[in-house]
Amino acid sequence: MATQIAETAAPEPVTNPESENVVVRFAGDSGDGMQLTGGQFTLSTALAGSDLATFPDFPAEIRAPQGTLFGVSAFQINFGSSQIDTAGDAPDVLVAMNPAALKTNVGALKPGGLVIADTGEFGKRNLDKAKYAVSPLDDGSLAKWQVMAFDISALTLEAVKPFGLGNKEALRCKNMWTLGLALWMFDRDRAPIVDWLNDKFRKMPVLAQANIAALNAGHAYGETAELSGPLRQRQIGPVESAPGLYRTVTGAESVSLGLVAGAQLAGLPMFFGGYPITPASAILHHLVRLKEFGITTFQAEDEIAAICSAIGASYAGQLGVTSSSGPGIALKGEAMGLAIMTELPLVIVNSQRGGPSTGLPTKTEQSDLYQAVYGRNGDAPLPVVSARSPADAFDAAIEAVRLAVTYMTPVILLTDGYIANAAEPWKVPDPSTYTPFPVSFLKEKNAGDELLPYKRDASGARPWIKPGTPGLMHRIGGIEKAIDTGHIDYSPATHQAQTDARRAKIDGIAQDIPAQDVCLGDTSGKLAVVGWGSTYGPIHQAVLRMRRRGLDVSHIHVRHIWPLPANLGDLLRGYARILVPEMNTGQFKTVLRDQYLVDAQPLTKTSGQPFTIAEIEDAICDALGTPRGGDFGGEVDADTTQLPSIEAVNP
Amino acid sequence: MNEMTKIAAVTTLKDWETDQEVRWCPGCGDYAILKAVQRTMPEIGADPANTVFVSGIGCSSRFPYYMESYGFHTIHGRAPAVATGIKLANPELDVWIITGDGDALSIGGNHTMHVLRRNLDCQIMLFNNEIYGLTKGQYSPTSRVGTTSPSTPQGSVDRPASPCAFALGAGARFVARGFDISKNLPDVLKAAHAHKGAAFIEIFQNCIVYNKDVFNDFAMPKGAEDRQLWVQAGEPMLFAKGTKGIALDVAALTLKVVDVIDGDWQTAGVIVHDVTNRSVAHMLVELPFGPFPMALGVIYDDPRPTYEEAVRSQNAAAAKGKVPDMAALLAKGQTWTVDAGAGHQG
Repeated sequence: MATQIAETAAPEPVTNPESENVVVRFAGDSGDGMQLTGGQFTLSTALAGSDLATFPDFPAEIRAPQGTLFGVSAFQINFGSSQIDTAGDAPDVLVAMNPAALKTNVGALKPGGLVIADTGEFGKRNLDKAKYAVSPLDDGSLAKWQVMAFDISALTLEAVKPFGLGNKEALRCKNMWTLGLALWMFDRDRAPIVDWLNDKFRKMPVLAQANIAALNAGHAYGETAELSGPLRQRQIGPVESAPGLYRTVTGAESVSLGLVAGAQLAGLPMFFGGYPITPASAILHHLVRLKEFGITTFQAEDEIAAICSAIGASYAGQLGVTSSSGPGIALKGEAMGLAIMTELPLVIVNSQRGGPSTGLPTKTEQSDLYQAVYGRNGDAPLPVVSARSPADAFDAAIEAVRLAVTYMTPVILLTDGYIANAAEPWKVPDPSTYTPFPVSFLKEKNAGDELLPYKRDASGARPWIKPGTPGLMHRIGGIEKAIDTGHIDYSPATHQAQTDARRAKIDGIAQDIPAQDVCLGDTSGKLAVVGWGSTYGPIHQAVLRMRRRGLDVSHIHVRHIWPLPANLGDLLRGYARILVPEMNTGQFKTVLRDQYLVDAQPLTKTSGQPFTIAEIEDAICDALGTPRGGDFGGEVDADTTQLPSIEAVNP
Repeated sequence: MNEMTKIAAVTTLKDWETDQEVRWCPGCGDYAILKAVQRTMPEIGADPANTVFVSGIGCSSRFPYYMESYGFHTIHGRAPAVATGIKLANPELDVWIITGDGDALSIGGNHTMHVLRRNLDCQIMLFNNEIYGLTKGQYSPTSRVGTTSPSTPQGSVDRPASPCAFALGAGARFVARGFDISKNLPDVLKAAHAHKGAAFIEIFQNCIVYNKDVFNDFAMPKGAEDRQLWVQAGEPMLFAKGTKGIALDVAALTLKVVDVIDGDWQTAGVIVHDVTNRSVAHMLVELPFGPFPMALGVIYDDPRPTYEEAVRSQNAAAAKGKVPDMAALLAKGQTWTVDAGAGHQG
């Protein structure tokens, strides 16, 4: 799974190059419960021991008009008995709950793949909304796929009839019917879903019973339908995993858990100031339920108040945390400067989304790297840490907390919309294995009879002084200050000295972070593929496959974007070529060129979608002058595998 | 301010002065306000170690550097937001927000509204000089129509905001007014400090360089009796040495000035100031100066539960009986175990 870091230069298995994995996409109206269906299928799959990665994709509109192309919501899961790093390129199975879902997603399906369609939704009205002149189920346009079309709506209504629900409520059980069928197809256990439904509808047992009946009916249908037609059961075994306790986790969950763990390791209560924004709000929603860990959450009046309140809380001696996405981070910029200037710890989480401006609120991108590293007025350096996967976000968050309190500095933690929403299995860590980094506050004057609030320690950090401490009254602010005393002083020599000191403090962190490793391949060679953040999965799979083809390519994945690991420059110079795939127009590439004068070449993508493995494989082949392999499921063009399809975005 | 659970600290005015040279223009009204605050602190038993002055940006916002307490000079308009974090993190701290008309009502208007609405326990001193001083004299959101300034050479055309009316509209539970050189200012500050919750104090302050003497009409000692209406809880609203008073014009539902003959204010219908009467507070802060005197003193004071108390008690209730077990938290939800022998249990 994505959390496991492969041994450097480990020999890759040459047998079974085609991993036993299946990609299933559920697509329907945004009101059809596709995300719920996908989430529950994920849970069952995880419990069955398969490795997996998911990709939820939904429109920015909460309830787009029913049946329309732009109202389609989809959830893709890739699961299998070998290591899974991405949500998969092209689906093997597409469940289409209406014509719009079929139209916007079928192009992604592998040739020969299976379409399951609900004929009950293929009436004229829905066909018109999806801009089909004739039903694609009848006109032969789906000939290159296997099609199982049956009236899921009617079958669901029949299954839930005994419970006396209204037509609308009864039809809402369709997603459970579909899930039942999917569970049968891959021999997954229904018991956890039954438990979940009983819990979810414990106040309305009749709804629980109806949904369970629909689930069971879908499952039973699979058994019957197998007798004829293309529907067949497939066995996906458990993956070989390290022993231990596992759960599934989304990035939003693991960032939250990592922040809590970080605060515990620092021995601090946490203050979280946030303002609602997609896709970052989920972190606030998780933390608000964890009050027993000494967490105060504050939904502020705006993004600026969210960060300023967190700065106030840090000043008062708590771990201040704020979180947002690109537009909100832009608003927080000035306050980040204040935290840099007053040298207070602070963690700023940016769940990146497509930009600029409102951009693509529900889609992923990595285009806030410049903003994180450079995006403030003045010379305003701060550490930037990035998470590579949902599970990895836990450790990344702890690292962000550690740097913030150790160096008295704001730290930006970069995740993105993909990491925030996607789920993967996670080997539950043992918190006792993490080294605590307890904070100590200054209790008495630190220079004889004098208090020097800005006296720096060997690492350049100033003392943390809580208001309320007797005898240590002092003033801080955003205006330039004298060395040690912190009194207002903007004389030329002082500003030069303080600018240098702030910079040296952050630069010095490079000595306190792990040396950069090579996560797959050799420490020198023809080509290094250098990534950061959520491109980990596709890069790793692509490099793995290309190495199996015998190509000299290695994967380096950088967590510490600023400062960069001390050995990174030397490491990069050991490769003839450097390829930097990122979901922006080449921002990290520019940083690498600037810092090391290396010829880093970009591979960029700004469609709001993660890279496919195939795209990176092609780029590797091109960089090495090798013919492209085309190893991702036949002749499907990379673009048509994207979620959402072009039709969905621009009907 | 805090409940008087702690023994009041014993300090003198000198204890509240810092070693920093005060850098306001000579003759600035800020000097008088600083002295009034430094004089007030010993009288209310404030402890320098437990006191935090938080300011935004502007001339007034240099204030914390001159108070021997904890101080945080933040960024333009954001002092209420920083103060909210401070108070939520440590409700024991006595938090004072120092701001100006531009800081609190232009760039920081949103935060001023919300800190009042939430009723964070703090004192908010808004120094209103009706001008941007630190940026060299542009008109501000409280400047009167026709104010000529570098940015409005033909005179400003937009109507000014009324700070106290804004505060009441935002839900403030304490609204008071004073002015820089008033000997009553310490009493107003004491009342604000005694109020548990957000206490909003508008202080008219003379900017000697860019908006000189705009408050002289009522702030000058000469004729002050006729032009200042100092309201006091439980007392009739009298001015002009008791010869005039404020009464309710029942037909128009407004206030009116009435003559008081031989001190018989009852017959004249003069209102007794009820500091909990929100409707009268609205009318007092909106009184047009000229036909009416300037209403000063504690105009409204009717406490409600504070924000940080509500947050703290809700947090405590949510945490009650729960043990913060990190290992248990991480293993929450549906889990499965992989055995060393590659076995698998759901």
